[in-house]
Amino acid sequence: MTRVTIDAAGMHYTPLNRRIREAIGAGADEIIITGVMGQRFIADGVRGRATIIIHGIPGGDLGMFMSGPTCIVYGNCDHAPGNTMDGGMIIIHGSAGDAVAHSMRGGKVFVRDTIGYRGGIHMKQYQDKCPVLVIGGEFRSYLGEYMAGGLILALGDPGKNSGKERGIGSGIHGGRIVIRGGPLDDRCLGVGAAQRPLSGEGYREIQPLIKEFADVFSLDPDPLLRDRYTEIVPSSSRPFANKYTWE
Amino acid sequence: MTIGSVPVRFRIVVDDSRCMLCGRCVENCPYDVFKKENDTIHVNSRKCVACHRCIAMCPRDAISIRERPVDYRSHPVWTEEARESIYNQARTGKIILAGMGNAKPYPIIFDSLVLDACQVTNPSIDPLREPMELRTYIGKKPGRLEFRDDGDCQTLVTNLAPNLELATPIMVGHMSYGAISLNAQKSIAMAVRESGTFMGTGEGGLHPSLYPYQDHMIVQVASGRFGVDINYLERGAAIEIKIGQGAKPGIGGHLPGEKVCEDVSSTRMIPLGSDAISPAPHHDIYSIEDLKQLVRSLKEATEWKKPVFVKIAAVHNSAAIAAGIARSSADAVVIDGFRGGTGAAPRVFRDHVGIPIEAAVASVDAKLRSQGIRNEVSIIASGGIRESADVAKVIALGADAVYIGTAALVAMGCRVCGTCYRGLCPWGIATQRPDLVARLDPAVASRNVANLIHAWTLELSELMGAAGINSIESLRGNRDRLRGYLLDESIMRVLDIKPVGA
Amino acid sequence: MDGTKIRSALSMMDERGSGEGAGYAVYGAFPEFADYYAIHVFFDAVHESKAAVDRELGNWGTVVHEEEIPTYENRNIRKVHTPWRYFFKPDPSLMPRSETPEDDIVMHLVMKINTTIPGALVYASGKNVGIFKAAGWPEDVADFYRIQDYSGYIWLAHNRYPTNTPGWWGGAHPFNLLGWSVVHNGEITSYGTNRRFIESYGYRCTMYTDTEVVAYLFDLLVRRHGLRPEMAVKALAPPFWDDIDRMDAKERTLYKAVRLAYGSAMMNGPFAIVVAQRDGIVGFTDRIKLRPLVCGIAGSRLYISSEEAAIRTMEPGLDEVFMPRAGEPVVGRLGK
Repeated sequence: MTRVTIDAAGMHYTPLNRRIREAIGAGADEIIITGVMGQRFIADGVRGRATIIIHGIPGGDLGMFMSGPTCIVYGNCDHAPGNTMDGGMIIIHGSAGDAVAHSMRGGKVFVRDTIGYRGGIHMKQYQDKCPVLVIGGEFRSYLGEYMAGGLILALGDPGKNSGKERGIGSGIHGGRIVIRGGPLDDRCLGVGAAQRPLSGEGYREIQPLIKEFADVFSLDPDPLLRDRYTEIVPSSSRPFANKYTWE
Repeated sequence: MTIGSVPVRFRIVVDDSRCMLCGRCVENCPYDVFKKENDTIHVNSRKCVACHRCIAMCPRDAISIRERPVDYRSHPVWTEEARESIYNQARTGKIILAGMGNAKPYPIIFDSLVLDACQVTNPSIDPLREPMELRTYIGKKPGRLEFRDDGDCQTLVTNLAPNLELATPIMVGHMSYGAISLNAQKSIAMAVRESGTFMGTGEGGLHPSLYPYQDHMIVQVASGRFGVDINYLERGAAIEIKIGQGAKPGIGGHLPGEKVCEDVSSTRMIPLGSDAISPAPHHDIYSIEDLKQLVRSLKEATEWKKPVFVKIAAVHNSAAIAAGIARSSADAVVIDGFRGGTGAAPRVFRDHVGIPIEAAVASVDAKLRSQGIRNEVSIIASGGIRESADVAKVIALGADAVYIGTAALVAMGCRVCGTCYRGLCPWGIATQRPDLVARLDPAVASRNVANLIHAWTLELSELMGAAGINSIESLRGNRDRLRGYLLDESIMRVLDIKPVGA
Repeated sequence: MDGTKIRSALSMMDERGSGEGAGYAVYGAFPEFADYYAIHVFFDAVHESKAAVDRELGNWGTVVHEEEIPTYENRNIRKVHTPWRYFFKPDPSLMPRSETPEDDIVMHLVMKINTTIPGALVYASGKNVGIFKAAGWPEDVADFYRIQDYSGYIWLAHNRYPTNTPGWWGGAHPFNLLGWSVVHNGEITSYGTNRRFIESYGYRCTMYTDTEVVAYLFDLLVRRHGLRPEMAVKALAPPFWDDIDRMDAKERTLYKAVRLAYGSAMMNGPFAIVVAQRDGIVGFTDRIKLRPLVCGIAGSRLYISSEEAAIRTMEPGLDEVFMPRAGEPVVGRLGK
């Protein structure tokens, strides 16, 4: 296994990404980046199969347009990690800001702790691509807004994930949001979203994801596997079809 | 035969190849335009007012109407209307009566105003998926809040004055029972209740069959005081003092005795068949201090539980008048622009007196703000609100809400023929003739009015969302989000807006 | 704290700006003149406008000290305005009817000078508050004023990406009036409504940008109307009606009253704002969280920023990091 280490302290993101691409081009399997402090766009548009390990606090849009690599972050992420991501994986040992996994098309984003507003906004799926966002902590309002496909799995403490948030799944017209516990107070649901207890089949589908998530973050999977889940799905694939009349 | 007959205004043609002689045009036309004789439909075009009832009812699209089929020698000054008015007045020696709103081709300011939308520097908001607040409170607001310090928290000391809570800033203005039919009022009442908004009763009292809707009705006290008693005042959600009307500022009203049928007579509390005359002024209001007395006496009578509105026609000094109203204990000022509709008004008033609502609202809002009394009253704009864009624009100019009138009638079928004063409205709206009134089914008509309010509300939300605004408070008086397109410098100064591109 | 760390934290976020405006505020900057209003003025040309400003100040009180603010031109910032500061004591007997005559006199002076004396712009007027701003990158502005030479107990800093008035020194944040200083990330779509509201209380918006209105709104709501800062935030970013409808009767009445009375003060559009006054700071975002805001706590220090990385640049060892909810104020009060 080829391992490359980059010290990013004081480095601008463009040379940092150049170093990442060079390392992948040279066949690196693992790239360790230390001293990250606010650099945006890390692994932006990067292809390949490498594992990129990030120590520090990356800036926004980590792994944007990324197609293949795995980013493991030891620290908190800023806004929109996994933005329009195509494939690969982002694992965040910490929290993330607003619009996590915005318009994500494929791959997986795992966040150990809390995420901000509009997590998983407009995630979408097509043919074999089905993006997955798993959140270990709390989420904020408008989770899965405009969601068009894929899966959001919120494993956080049900007591903390209910109540104050609004607009969950607002405008959802594809994909699903699975929340530990539930059902939610109906007023937390967005327009066009419907909730129901997760079916046995649905549970079987998320089981491997729960195990993988617990494994990645060294958590005990049993309490998660034992709990009840609620699924939020579109009430219709065209919830706003009735809005217009012809001139 | 000095003048002779003037050319017909409308020419009706029945296409024989399409007509199947079903006779529906004959049944439907209250103006006796059609006659069926010997398997032929005979037409008297001279009687036609272009109400389009026949066209709406003809199952074969066999009828067509052309306006002014006969040409006069063209002249830009001596228009056909100018000449025909002279023939009319030369023949009769009388004031010309007309219906609906101002019919002069003055430029419409609304159509020279364009709205803003977000691009890049702030996000537009999708109103269907994110919160969009159109809830509007009409009434007096505190100028500042007073708190008492209770250790860790502050406790509110200020008491709120009663306000009307509207789900959308669109209300239906005052059209009295008498001017319109009971079915028309009932249709509007059902619609405003469903839409979470309000309607005005007009100066015609409140018919008992409307009592179920009284929580959504603003009762009107006008100069004739028809139908006004303590029972009426207590039933309304709010009380409106009508000083004037945009279609005829400065003059009173006159419901002809023919329209005072039994029911109208009982709600107006006047004898059957007698004329209902509203004087030009209120004879207990000859000054602004007298207005305050009437406002306060109404509040006293209803134990200060109801907002009191004052409606004025938009005239040159509306701003100063509104500032006086704001100091009178009134809770809202209604400004009725010179395009406001009416059942009947002298044409010379309808077309020549008053100012447009856009300018009136802008100057009233600016005046109240400059005196620090904008919170004392809400501003309700009316007169010529035709679509949701007009609502958005007039709110951006400073209004809190609008009254629609003609638009609500059009939603019930009215074709704006402007012949309301004849009392023969074939749509069952502006008539008291039982067979005509029966044509208007409140179950259907209320649906149409509610649909209209709903559709405009949706469009208003979209316009606000596009402008990055998620609450109506942030549109109100936000003239920065308007631009004037080919408006002159002086009118833009009045509106306090910039030109397009600036 | 001196200005060294905040300079590096702000330059870390250069990506958010365009090099056309940056600024710093520091509370506790002038201990020797702590009881005097530090009136900061940009003069286009000192010899043309200063006499008029001196006269105006003289009419309303006494200047105990004045100086040109020391600046150090660098390659990127030339001294296109001359920044000046006066330490001023108003004469309260000249505004006998006011409950806060000194503040009201200073506010009046700011509005008067900014609207009637060409070539002079008062951009700060608080006691013991220093404001340092110019058109340029954050680090260049910091070096232009050598902010490391100042120290204080509250620092605000801002990096601007102008769209309306690039290169305009008055448009750089922080905006200051009396004790209030404001930095703002975002754009206020309700500016037209807010401006007309605040101008009806005697304020005049003269900076050609939306943020100054926030300083005036805080001055009105907190100083003149007596709202606590948390309540002022609730007026500017109120709860939604559907949430108000579900509150208990007392809270429902309170928030309905707030929205009815201060509907025109409510701010719309995307914003994350930090407001400072002499005894603390408050940070908050718009109601639907269209801009980021991160808070960090280290011991007795509160940090509020658009990015966690900026906070960590100043303070690597944080006790706690969190993102406040939309519209929820985060308040830091000066310890006794």
